[in-house]
Amino acid sequence: MRIEALAGPWLGRLSLSALPTDSPVAMGAALVAVLGVLGVAGYITGKGKWRYLWREWFTSVDHKRIGIMYVVLALVMLARAVIEALVMRLQQADAVNRSGFISAEHFGQLFSTHGSIMIFFMAMPFLTGVINYVMPLQIGARDVSFPVLNSISLMLTAAGAALVMISLVLAPFSTGGWSGYAPFTELRFSPGVGVDYWIWAVTLSSIGSTLTGINFAVTIYKKRAPGMHLFRMPLFCWTALCTSILMIFAMPALTVATALLALDRYLGMHFFTSGGGGNMMVYANLFWLFGHPEVYIVVLPSFGVFSELFSTFSAKKLYGYTSLVLATMTIAVLSFTVWLHHFFTMGQSANINAAFGIATMLIGIPTGVKVYDWILTMFRGRVRFTTPLLWGLAFLVTFVIGGLSGILLAIPPVDFLVHNTTFLVAHFHNMLIPGTLFGMIAAYQFWFPKAFGFRLEERWGRVAFGCWVIGFYLAFMPLYVLGLEGMPRRSAEVFDEAFRPWLLVAAGGAVLIVLGMAALAMQLAMSIRHRDRNRVRAGDPWDGRSLEWSTSSPPPEYNFAKLPAVQGRDAFWTMKRSGRAYPPLERYAPIMLPENSAIGPLLGALGLATAFGLVWRIGWMAGLGTAGVLVAVIGWSFVRRPGRTVDERQVERTETRWHAVLVAAVPVSREHECDPRNRGLADVAA
Amino acid sequence: MQHTATEGHAKRSASRVGLAAMPARAAIFAVAAGPVAAAERQLLVQAAVLMLFVVVPVIVLTPWVAWRFRRRNRRSAYRPGWDFSRVLEVLIWGVPALLVAFLAVRVWTQSRALDPYRAIDAGQASAAAPLDVQVVGLDWKWLFIYPDQHIATLNTLVLPVGRAVHLHLTSDTVMESLLVPRLAGQIYAMPGMITQLWLRADRPGDFVGENTQYNGSGFAQQKFVVHAVDAGDFNRWIGKVRADGDVLDARRYRELARRGVPAAPERFGQVDADLFGRIVAKYHASAQVRASTMASRATGRTNDAH
Amino acid sequence: MSAGSASERRRHPGLNLHESDAHPSDGEVVFGFWVFMMIDAVLFALLFAVYASLGANTAGGPGPHEVFELRPAAMETLLLLLSSFTFGIASLAMKYQRGMALLQGMLALTLLLGLGFLGLEVHDFVGMADKGALPQVSAFLSAFYALVPTHFLHVSLGCVWIVVMMVQLRMSGLDRITRTRLLRLGLFWHFLDIVWVMIFSFVFLRGLL
Repeated sequence: MRIEALAGPWLGRLSLSALPTDSPVAMGAALVAVLGVLGVAGYITGKGKWRYLWREWFTSVDHKRIGIMYVVLALVMLARAVIEALVMRLQQADAVNRSGFISAEHFGQLFSTHGSIMIFFMAMPFLTGVINYVMPLQIGARDVSFPVLNSISLMLTAAGAALVMISLVLAPFSTGGWSGYAPFTELRFSPGVGVDYWIWAVTLSSIGSTLTGINFAVTIYKKRAPGMHLFRMPLFCWTALCTSILMIFAMPALTVATALLALDRYLGMHFFTSGGGGNMMVYANLFWLFGHPEVYIVVLPSFGVFSELFSTFSAKKLYGYTSLVLATMTIAVLSFTVWLHHFFTMGQSANINAAFGIATMLIGIPTGVKVYDWILTMFRGRVRFTTPLLWGLAFLVTFVIGGLSGILLAIPPVDFLVHNTTFLVAHFHNMLIPGTLFGMIAAYQFWFPKAFGFRLEERWGRVAFGCWVIGFYLAFMPLYVLGLEGMPRRSAEVFDEAFRPWLLVAAGGAVLIVLGMAALAMQLAMSIRHRDRNRVRAGDPWDGRSLEWSTSSPPPEYNFAKLPAVQGRDAFWTMKRSGRAYPPLERYAPIMLPENSAIGPLLGALGLATAFGLVWRIGWMAGLGTAGVLVAVIGWSFVRRPGRTVDERQVERTETRWHAVLVAAVPVSREHECDPRNRGLADVAA
Repeated sequence: MQHTATEGHAKRSASRVGLAAMPARAAIFAVAAGPVAAAERQLLVQAAVLMLFVVVPVIVLTPWVAWRFRRRNRRSAYRPGWDFSRVLEVLIWGVPALLVAFLAVRVWTQSRALDPYRAIDAGQASAAAPLDVQVVGLDWKWLFIYPDQHIATLNTLVLPVGRAVHLHLTSDTVMESLLVPRLAGQIYAMPGMITQLWLRADRPGDFVGENTQYNGSGFAQQKFVVHAVDAGDFNRWIGKVRADGDVLDARRYRELARRGVPAAPERFGQVDADLFGRIVAKYHASAQVRASTMASRATGRTNDAH
Repeated sequence: MSAGSASERRRHPGLNLHESDAHPSDGEVVFGFWVFMMIDAVLFALLFAVYASLGANTAGGPGPHEVFELRPAAMETLLLLLSSFTFGIASLAMKYQRGMALLQGMLALTLLLGLGFLGLEVHDFVGMADKGALPQVSAFLSAFYALVPTHFLHVSLGCVWIVVMMVQLRMSGLDRITRTRLLRLGLFWHFLDIVWVMIFSFVFLRGLL
């Protein structure tokens, strides 16, 4: 007590009572988090790898390394959020006419962290990581336009994620859900620090995403290889472009919403309060002005991934390329015109509701077109059922069911009936799990060999696939039924005995999904163990179509010794068929690359300190953090580093080594795609 | 305050006395008990069936095409360069567009027809005027005021079968959303504003009502029972509440409004006439706004009372 | 650095430089900054929208007529417009290489005008506070204090940037980096001017007339 009194002025509102000692489940989670961090740190220390990590990874500005770090962050956060989902499902199955094993308060935190993490710290980093890795390679660039900014974006996102993780130990987190609706999140109703954790974690991540949006858009507009016209880009790049544009225009709405909410909470202002002239409806509008485009931010890149998959694994051109580009653009534009459908039930006039309902349905048209374009891509192809493609097939079948329920929810009178119920929960999981997560997992399976030089084990991949897909159906189909019967979402307890069997099935589905996560981990572990068997260093394990497959696996840090000259769509596929895929060794020019930089991690750390200080009202920490950011940025503007030159001899050495691999590799037919004979050189004779 | 569990209690030991009376149901798919819910459900089923024209082909075609054109099946054609067909293009843009066009017309007409603010006909059973009920969302309970009968109930809503009911909703806490799945869709209740909802019960029975908008740890327990009874029983019930209900004055209301889950439903035989108006007006600074809020109650959309 | 072909010009249409000074990656940097300005524009647009929807909610507190004063706001507008003009001269001095003295002098003048603007605004805010018009009083004032001080903060950062720019020009003269930076600073400064004109019209004029 005395220590706390002493520390008081220095630690703001922080004290030992922040530890979640009142709940064994929360305490267990906090312990797991702390032990996990200590374990990883201990392992790195034991191996003496800190220096390596700092120099080669944390300060790296290479888009490929940044991409990988984003994906690692996403997978870690995915693991936490999936476990939270399981706890919630178990709680609901348990708490039929009794209170279950966790408190209502804890349940509130669980659905809030689950949603916030899945959107801001799983989906966003995952897609940002995949775009980071793949897009520059696909357009034939050596890096993104602003490599240092890229590192800053990553570190700000990581700082936000760290803040959410800290809230496990120094609790509590918000109970306001991922959307943080005012006035529930106002100081009067949520006086604790939970909402502040949410505000600053989300704000850090949204700043990171805004900067990412600029970076990707400029890269795609300005850094394409000679001959890579916009309409020759792989479809994944188009979706990356649309997602970036959406980030640019949508993210500021979130930043404004959270900033104004913070002003309400910290300075007693009246934006969304119930008194003082504030208006909670302004918050709902601001949030969904961001929130709806956000849905397409996280879905479009997966659409791009699936376009690549269906084409590659059908060994066929993508059907309806122009149609797909048009559909993607249409979706991006329309996504700004439908935000009101998130609150049809707020009492606006029937005409307004109808207009937004119809606008929402319009999005169904280009989406339907895409689905049929993918099926037609397989039509008259030669389809190979590799793990990545399986996710694609499951996506198609599952996604249209979500589309159906989406159209239902777009009809205002139907929405009145099932809004805020588990029907809505089932619907958006039905869109986002196949539409985002399956796409991202497929991307991970598809491009992993590119990034690490060996394939992932097929068998464990199939197990993971089975668990996820069956688990998904078991977990979410019952929620449609329960929602139709009016079970509200976010219920810590249930008072209808008839719901119990459905909740038990849903809990079973959640268990399967967790097993699916475990299978993914197992796949990774086994693949690393047997990596020699699965090496594909020559770089093209899937008979790929776009330029990323024309490099070695993993690609050299400069990506392309000579920037490729592009002559059409499916650039690499065409090159292979005309024998121009692997140009002979020649004299190389030195290549300029940006130098590593510590400014990213530094700004991330300062951002985290500022946010933490703000959450716990530790004035000096927040003040120093902010001042630090300003000083760091100004200081950085005085640093002039011309970049690092990879000289011609080094390029030649790297290229020669790769050519030796190419020469040694036996071209492999698609028959043997998934066995050890595949060394990453495709047999194009057949 | 003896009836209201504190917030701390709500977590674990909230007495379920009030909730034990939740109507049990035999089957999971309960049918609608009023015209609004029936129309909304019907619309849902219609749209779902229509959508199957797009969805079922995808569910069938995806595995079929993938299997038919599997690599090993050398009998099927392989045309790696085929990537466009004008006919198919027209079909895949046209069919969804037609469906959406058709649905759009339905959305336009049905959104207006089923506008929760739109008066529904009084029902064939009686020529009685619609029953006005003022609803106040509290943490974590619902207060129903019958302004013309001068009575009020907590967590119970008694309605006469066959008579149109006009709900006026507000909240004296955060945003809430009132849903009685078997009678009508939901509408938000927001502090300082009044939203409206029309509904009618066409058969006697007990139905679950609830809040669907998360508002804290007692959220899951914010349920109430709707008793739909025939007109005679309704009038008898009114008389009984008037005779032996408590008094709901400002002091009693302040107690009710405190956070907590009530132990049991309550009835008030005497209610301050202007209670609802004062609850709405307290979020507005000037008396002028208060007057305008009250005036607009009858006229239409007032949730943008600012 | 000497590229200047017609195709090069087409690739970097946003570069207000002599072609001989442009470097291929300059176009990227300036384009990126344009995109950033767009984000800032969206941010201000949203703050304007919030002001528009909450501006009438005075909640019994003072309204625009009681708290706004036209004369200082007009003075501020004048200062900021003048500063845009002086920055314009600075940009021309850079483009047509009219010497460092003119460039630095104009930047210094811009800085002074910017500081004058900030000073007047601080005076306004203090005056409002004296009348009890604090951001906590009503939604109208909250929205006002979200919009106008955000612009104030932008101008302050712009002033810091001008100082940094002047130091860097002194240290390394006009080279590729300082040139594009000056170009971007110009974009930023003129953008703030435009936003202020909006604030002046929609907040002050509309509030008072």
